[in-house]
Amino acid sequence: MLPVAVSDPPRPAPTPPVRRRTEALAALKDSASVGLGLLPLGLALGVVITHAGLPRWCAPLFAAVVYAGSFEFLLVGLTVAAAPLATVALTGFMVNARHVFYALSFPLHRVQGRLGKAYSTFALTDEAYAMTTGGQARSWSGARILSLQAILQVYWVGGATVGALLGSLIPDRVTGLDFAMTALFAVLALDAVAERRGDLPTPVLALLSALAARAVLPGQMLPVAFALFTVALLVRHLATRKRPSHA
Amino acid sequence: MPDTRYLLLAAAVSAAVNWTLRAVPFTVLASLRASKTLQYLSATMPSGIMVILLVYCLRDLPLPQAHAIAPLAALVATVGLHLWRRNALLSIIGGTTVHVALASTVFAS
Repeated sequence: MLPVAVSDPPRPAPTPPVRRRTEALAALKDSASVGLGLLPLGLALGVVITHAGLPRWCAPLFAAVVYAGSFEFLLVGLTVAAAPLATVALTGFMVNARHVFYALSFPLHRVQGRLGKAYSTFALTDEAYAMTTGGQARSWSGARILSLQAILQVYWVGGATVGALLGSLIPDRVTGLDFAMTALFAVLALDAVAERRGDLPTPVLALLSALAARAVLPGQMLPVAFALFTVALLVRHLATRKRPSHA
Repeated sequence: MPDTRYLLLAAAVSAAVNWTLRAVPFTVLASLRASKTLQYLSATMPSGIMVILLVYCLRDLPLPQAHAIAPLAALVATVGLHLWRRNALLSIIGGTTVHVALASTVFAS
């Protein structure tokens, strides 16, 4: 019996500095495609913040500290209306409740150290989740994942700051930059579905869950859709697991 | 304009809610890592979640109206570019450009 091996998997040795630099470079390359899509979106956030009449420093502040794409756009409206802090908290909870599900597949166990894990969970955005759970990311080290998350946030904060500085130069009638978010998810969905080519039921179940949630509880579409989708996957898992034993 | 103290507090409250939602589930799930069901979920969920987020972005599409043409045309441009070149940045910038051009001119509200 090997109690040591059973009780705890061997801890990987800390990444040496040279290796860490190559991992950061690799992360920079990984971020070049989808990650750069955050730039136009951050830019849009900065423009929206200045057009709403909030002070410019709100752009880097929201982007750096709140760091939750779609919610930050909502936060602009809430703060302009001086909504009570309890309303801000509740809205944040509802919009970001989906992140609860990300713990199921995000490879946090590969990220080392308390500080690393703390930042990694803080920066667990939809984009970071999509990029680190894809097939090519299966071999990524914790250092590479952390670097990617940090680079994504730099794009976001940078975009928002530039957007806030340029905001007053862009006329009010130029709208629609926020479509960058839709385009980002369209690309992420296409890539994720293409990667699991043989698995058509998964995107179909997801689509049905989303449409059902939209029809039944449009105000809480995201958490409802994720819950429906999870239940559908569990049912499907049980059904496919039982079949061979009956055959 | 809202005062500085309020803005700082709003950002702090949002950050706290957000981080809690992202971090706490991991402490609950750590003990379940070996579960076959959890492994199945972790393999299938990512692609479905992206589909749901895409539908969520399009939830307010004013379908019967002409206003819906700008986002729909931009979506077609994004998907078309992506199937053609498989270059995420090109697809995102191309689609967004189409949307800004249409929403700011022909379909300006």
